[in-house]
Amino acid sequence: MSAFLDALTRVPPLLAQHVLVSMAALLLGIAIAVPLAFACARRPALARIALGLASLVQTIPALALLALFYPLLLTLSGLVGGGIPALGFLPSLLALTLYALLPILRNGVTGLVGLDPAVLQAADAVGMTRGQKLRLVEAPLVAPVLAAGIRTAAVWTIGAATLSTTVGQPSLGDLIFAGLQTQAWALVLAGCFAAAALALAVDALIGLIERGLAARRKGMWLGGLIALALGIALATQPLWPLGGDARRQVVIGAKNFSEQYILARLIGDRLTQAGYDVSYRDGLGSTVAFEATAGGRVDVYVDYAGTLWTTAMHRHDAPPRAAMLGALKDWAATRDVAMLGPLGFENVYAFAMKAARADQLGVRSLADLARVSPGLKLGSDLEFLDRPEWAAVRDAYGLRFASMTPYSPTFMYRALESGRADVISAFSSDGRIAAERLTVLSDPKRVIPGYDAVLLVAKDRAGDAKFVDALRPMVNRIPVEAMREANYRVDRDDAAKESPEAAARWLAKRVGL
Amino acid sequence: MIALDRVRRRYGMVTAIDDVSLTIAPGAFVALVGASGSGKSTLLRMINRLEEPDSGSVTIDGRDVTDQPAHRLRRRIGYVFQQHGLFPHMSVAANIAIGLTLARRPVGDRVGEMLDLVELPRDVATRTPDALSGGQRQRVAIARALATAPPILLLDEALGALDPVTRDAVAGRLVDLHARLGLTTLLVTHDMAEALLTASRVLVMDEGRIVADATPAQLVAGQGGPVAQGLMAVPRHQAERLAALAR
Repeated sequence: MSAFLDALTRVPPLLAQHVLVSMAALLLGIAIAVPLAFACARRPALARIALGLASLVQTIPALALLALFYPLLLTLSGLVGGGIPALGFLPSLLALTLYALLPILRNGVTGLVGLDPAVLQAADAVGMTRGQKLRLVEAPLVAPVLAAGIRTAAVWTIGAATLSTTVGQPSLGDLIFAGLQTQAWALVLAGCFAAAALALAVDALIGLIERGLAARRKGMWLGGLIALALGIALATQPLWPLGGDARRQVVIGAKNFSEQYILARLIGDRLTQAGYDVSYRDGLGSTVAFEATAGGRVDVYVDYAGTLWTTAMHRHDAPPRAAMLGALKDWAATRDVAMLGPLGFENVYAFAMKAARADQLGVRSLADLARVSPGLKLGSDLEFLDRPEWAAVRDAYGLRFASMTPYSPTFMYRALESGRADVISAFSSDGRIAAERLTVLSDPKRVIPGYDAVLLVAKDRAGDAKFVDALRPMVNRIPVEAMREANYRVDRDDAAKESPEAAARWLAKRVGL
Repeated sequence: MIALDRVRRRYGMVTAIDDVSLTIAPGAFVALVGASGSGKSTLLRMINRLEEPDSGSVTIDGRDVTDQPAHRLRRRIGYVFQQHGLFPHMSVAANIAIGLTLARRPVGDRVGEMLDLVELPRDVATRTPDALSGGQRQRVAIARALATAPPILLLDEALGALDPVTRDAVAGRLVDLHARLGLTTLLVTHDMAEALLTASRVLVMDEGRIVADATPAQLVAGQGGPVAQGLMAVPRHQAERLAALAR
């Protein structure tokens, strides 16, 4: 219970961002859909096209829609010579707006087409102009139906906004994704609880406005509208500029697994001690994190040399460690990102099996695995099968599996334990490898590149000596054994499970930071 | 004076109005009678431009109806139709005053006067139309049409949806108002008896043409041609049977 209450204390700033992005999307959706509905009511052909497109958008999963805006905005930004942010608020706003269109448009068109023709004829006959007819007759009569559509759109938007976490827009989804990765169910519960409470509150208030409009009771709908506006103002209070020259918060990025959460907290603790005001952007997608840092939306985060080497730099070779880190540092500088240095441990993709199973099949290396793989089931994390490392390993060793199933990391270990997977794509710094006595298969052909954890800082922070001094002691300070144990403290699912914050404090003490 | 000159209107293959010319003197009470689809409503609605002719012209006091925006023309012509078309989101008072509001003219006590005129209690002003009976709604629609004191009143099957008792009462009220306000009134109806008992001039329409133009007395006397007399057969037969019952 206290874990849940702790988790709730993280809600207000995320709720503020959640309200901001979802209500902005709803307003934009209203601004587009309402005039479009009036235009559609007069032109059936336009109505067919507009409703068809809006329905089509609705069939795209919200997560995919958000993901699609990243390359789209990136391309667009390239065409106009840069300046359009492809991550964060803008793609979330656009995707959620598209999502909000359909219910408003559909209710608007249905409501307008269903208006009593006698009333419309009377409006003409008493001498109304087209504008007067719209303002005095059509708009007030269709308003309750339209409000019902807006209500549906609001609930959908608030729900889908939890997914904007994945494109770097803070939302209540931060809690849900972080909780899912670290099996901190209190976080998931807090995120769900807050999102549901928000949706219910907005639903109730718009419902009040809708009933007020239907009953033509001005006090009722105006009261609902005022309450809604006050609620939004209050919920976004943590985002208000606090007067004077408030220092800009340091934004610390983290991808979506425990090690990242722990290291982000470790960085955050050190910066807080140095007098900085910090906030966390958890659950970023793998490429999203680097792009966000290059764009200055994230100030500092930890990435892995091999990840950037293959996915961002598009290199297919695996040079020695020093050469790779040097090349990486130079390349990052061209993207306005400074590499402070390696942390001292690697987190490499490592194929792991249960020890007993590996012994039974006589598998010690990836070469051995290729011999028996057609009869085995592979469990991977969500992105591994689409990564160049997998293609390289597969082609170098000729790996063919009976089945390949992606899981979120937590469930990947469960799948191995339960026998639903025979081999998994683990991470070498994962504490569960040691704890569960898994056999890690060797890579005799050295196909998988080095995965040194490296500390990356956005350009405008790299020039801040106090900032860099606070972080530099972390370089080459964290041995893999220490990281593994810290990870296990968060990943284990028994009573001794710790939060990333606690594990970060433990790690700091362990390595003497 | 309302004048139609060689007016035609087609809907696809169907000719609704076929080369009609007609003048209506100020102060006349004219009934347009005919079967469904004879073109009588289309003809009426050309006067306030709810329909536009394909060719020919419509003039009021010598001025073509198309030489000003339609909404300006309509504000000077009262129009009442079968489905009343009261605005459901406005009170009875707001409905009656709508023409004055649109023209930004002062409303004053006009709503009360209009309610008196159509013989409704003044306290219905604050109600919404759904709280009224059918007959009351039609009276409000008539009040709305007359509130701006228009010189012309168009009645498009305006009494068609009413029960016989209410219908008789409202028809009597209309004849009375026509005389008191000095209106030029055109009444479209499929009911020959209603036409005979209200109008001073009856036009019979058939397939888009005016086939008879006579006074009620002339029609009762058997004049006006076969279509008109076909329509006369119903009330005449009813009258004969009623007379037989009385004996």
